[in-house]
Amino acid sequence: MSILINKDTKVITQGITGKTGQFHTEKCQEYANGKNCFVAGVNPKKAGEKIFDIPIYATVKEAAKDTGATVSVIYVPPAGAAAAIWEAVEADLDLAICITEGIPVRDMLEVRNKMKEKEAKGGKKTLLLGPNCPGLITPDEIKIGIMPGHIHKKGRIGVVSRSGTLTYEAVAQLTEIGLGQSSAVGIGGDPINGLKHIDVMKMFNDDPDTDAVIMIGEIGGPDEAEAAMWCKANMKKPIVGFIAGVTAPAGKRMGHAGALISGGADTADAKLAIMEECGFTVTRNPSEMGRLLKGLLK
Amino acid sequence: MKIHEYQGKEILRKFGVTTPRGKPAFSVDEAVKVAEELGGKVWVVKAQIHAGGRGKGGGVKVAKSLDEVRQYATQILGMQLVTHQTGPEGQKVRRLLIEEGADIKKEYYLAVLTDRATQKVAVMASSEGGMDIEEVAHATPEKILKEFVDPLVGITDQQTLNLAQGIGVPADSVAKAQAEIKKLYQCYMETDASLAEINPLILEGNGNIKALDAKFNFDSNALFRHPEIVEYRDLDEEDADEIEASKFDLAYISLDGNIGCLVNGAGLAMATMDTIKLFGAEPANFLDVGGGATTEKVTEAFKIMLKNPKVKGILVNIFGGIMKCDTIATGVVTAAKEVNLSVPLVVRMKGTNEDLGKQILKDSGLPIISADTMAEAAQKIVDAVK
Repeated sequence: MSILINKDTKVITQGITGKTGQFHTEKCQEYANGKNCFVAGVNPKKAGEKIFDIPIYATVKEAAKDTGATVSVIYVPPAGAAAAIWEAVEADLDLAICITEGIPVRDMLEVRNKMKEKEAKGGKKTLLLGPNCPGLITPDEIKIGIMPGHIHKKGRIGVVSRSGTLTYEAVAQLTEIGLGQSSAVGIGGDPINGLKHIDVMKMFNDDPDTDAVIMIGEIGGPDEAEAAMWCKANMKKPIVGFIAGVTAPAGKRMGHAGALISGGADTADAKLAIMEECGFTVTRNPSEMGRLLKGLLK
Repeated sequence: MKIHEYQGKEILRKFGVTTPRGKPAFSVDEAVKVAEELGGKVWVVKAQIHAGGRGKGGGVKVAKSLDEVRQYATQILGMQLVTHQTGPEGQKVRRLLIEEGADIKKEYYLAVLTDRATQKVAVMASSEGGMDIEEVAHATPEKILKEFVDPLVGITDQQTLNLAQGIGVPADSVAKAQAEIKKLYQCYMETDASLAEINPLILEGNGNIKALDAKFNFDSNALFRHPEIVEYRDLDEEDADEIEASKFDLAYISLDGNIGCLVNGAGLAMATMDTIKLFGAEPANFLDVGGGATTEKVTEAFKIMLKNPKVKGILVNIFGGIMKCDTIATGVVTAAKEVNLSVPLVVRMKGTNEDLGKQILKDSGLPIISADTMAEAAQKIVDAVK
C-alpha cells in the first residue's frame, strides 16, 4: 500500500511534447513500473502522434476515456498551466499533479475556486498536488514528477514537504540508514495550492503501510500549524518535524512564492513551537531528520 | 515587485479610485513648478522610496507656501531617509511627489490581499487609519474588519457595505466609500497585485472619500502580462547584487553574516542557512541556483557572493537530482579558479553522480574541504572562518 498512487496507476502527461515534459516522462517511464503507468500524453496540435511509444491525444478527456487513466501530471508552461489543471478537473480525474513553477497567483485563485464550486455542485472532486512541486513517488512502484528515483527505497516511512530538494534530503537520510519510504510527497512552494500538509498527514495516518512520517515545512502561511493541530488530536503515528527558514529575514521572498514571512505566527520558530506542542519530535538540525525518526520506531 | 506611491496613484486613477491631485518631481525646481500648476494654498511634499514609514522619518512635509515647497523639496531630495523598513543606513530619496493638501476629517485603513488559508481575496478595513497596521492588529485585532471575496463572484455590495459601515464611515459617505472599495478590489484583480494598501483612506470635510497613500506589490509570476507595470520598476530601489543575480536566473538575497552559501532549491537553501546559524555563524546570503545550473551559472554565483566584502568562507550544498554532482563539481572548480578564490570553501554533494563529483573536486588540486552531511559542512566552514 501507499498513498495516492501505486504500480497500477495510469497517468496522462499534459505538456508531454515540451522539453521538460519529454525529459521527465522518459525518466518516469524508466522507473519501476513506469512503462505500464504512463499511458497517454496531451497536445491538441499533435493528436494521433506518439512519443516514447506513448499515444498523444487532443484533450485530457479523450485520453482518459481511451486509456482509463485517472491521474495527470502537468508540465505546461506557467501562462497555460492553470487552464491545464482545469482541463484535468473537467475530465473528472482523481488526481492532477502540477509540476509547473511560476503560475500567476490570480490564475491559481480562479482555478481553485472553480474546483470548489464544481465540488459544491456535486461534481467529482479532483485532488490537486502542487503547483511548483516535485511530484510524488511510491518507491519501487511508480514515480510521477521530477525527483531522482534512485535515492528512494521501498519501506514504511511517509515524507511530506513543500520543498523539492529538502524532500530529497529527508529521503536520502532515511535510505542511508536503511529506512525505506511508503510514499514521498512534494506539495509545492506556492501560496495557493492543492493538497496541504494536513491532507497528506491524514492519508499517511490511514495508510496501514506507513509507520511514521517526516513532515517538512517552511516559513510563511498557516498550513504547518493547521496540520500540527490536527495531528495532536488524531495522528496515531510518530512524526519528525522540521521548518526551514529560521534565518530568513521578514518581508523577503526566499525563492518560493510562499516562503515569505508576513505576520508573526508564520515564522519558523513559531511553527516549530506549535509542532512541538502538538507532539512532533522537532529538530532545528535538518541533517538529523532521518536519525531522529529511527529513534521513534519501536 | 514594488512601485512608488505616485505610480500607485496613477494606477488607482486609471481604475477610478479618488486620489489627491499631484505629480512626481525629480528636482527642486520641478517640485515648485508642480506646486504652481496644482495651485491652492497647501501642498504636501512626499519622499518617494519603496519603504514604508516615510512620515516618521521626516520624508513627508506639509508646505503652506511655494517657498516652503522649495525649502522642503531641498531638504528631502537627496536625503538618506531612515525608516523602520530601510535599515539603519536608510534609502536615498531621488524622487518626490507633490500633492494638493487634503482636508482630513478622519483616517481609515483599506487593503486588498490574497488569503492563502481560505484561497479567497481578503479585503481588510479599519477605523484606525494612518497608523502602523501591524500594531493595530496586535493591540486591537477587533478593529480590523475582513471580508473574503470569491474571485469568481467578485466583491458584493453587501461586503462593501459591511466594511464601510463597520469602520464607522458616516451615513452620508457610505455609498462613496463602498464605491472606492469596489474600485480598489477591481484594480487589485486586474493588475495581478499581491497587495494593494491605502493607509490612510480619508474622509474629507465635504464628505468625499480619498486615497491619500498607495502601496502596491505585484505578483512577479504575472508580470509577463503587465508590461505597463514592469515599466514602473525603479532599479535604484533594489539591491544591485540581487538585480545582477536575477540576470542569470539566480535567486539571491544578501544578508548580514559572513558565510556565503550556494545551494540548489529554495527549501534546502533556507535549511543550509539555518544549519550555519545552528553551528554558531550567520549566512551572508540566500542563493538558490535552481534546477538547471550550468558551469556559467555557478561561476556567476561565486562572483556575486564574493562581491560582498563580509564573506569569509563559502559553503556549497548541492542535492543532485536532475542536476548531476559532476556537473556542479566542474562548475565549482572552474569558478574557484576563475575568481582566484582566497576564502575557505566547503562542498557537500549528495545524489546523482556523487562519487564522480567528489573525485573532480579532489583532483582539482584546490584546497576544497569536502563534507558528507549539511551539519558536517556547516561545522567545517564555521571552524575554517574562525
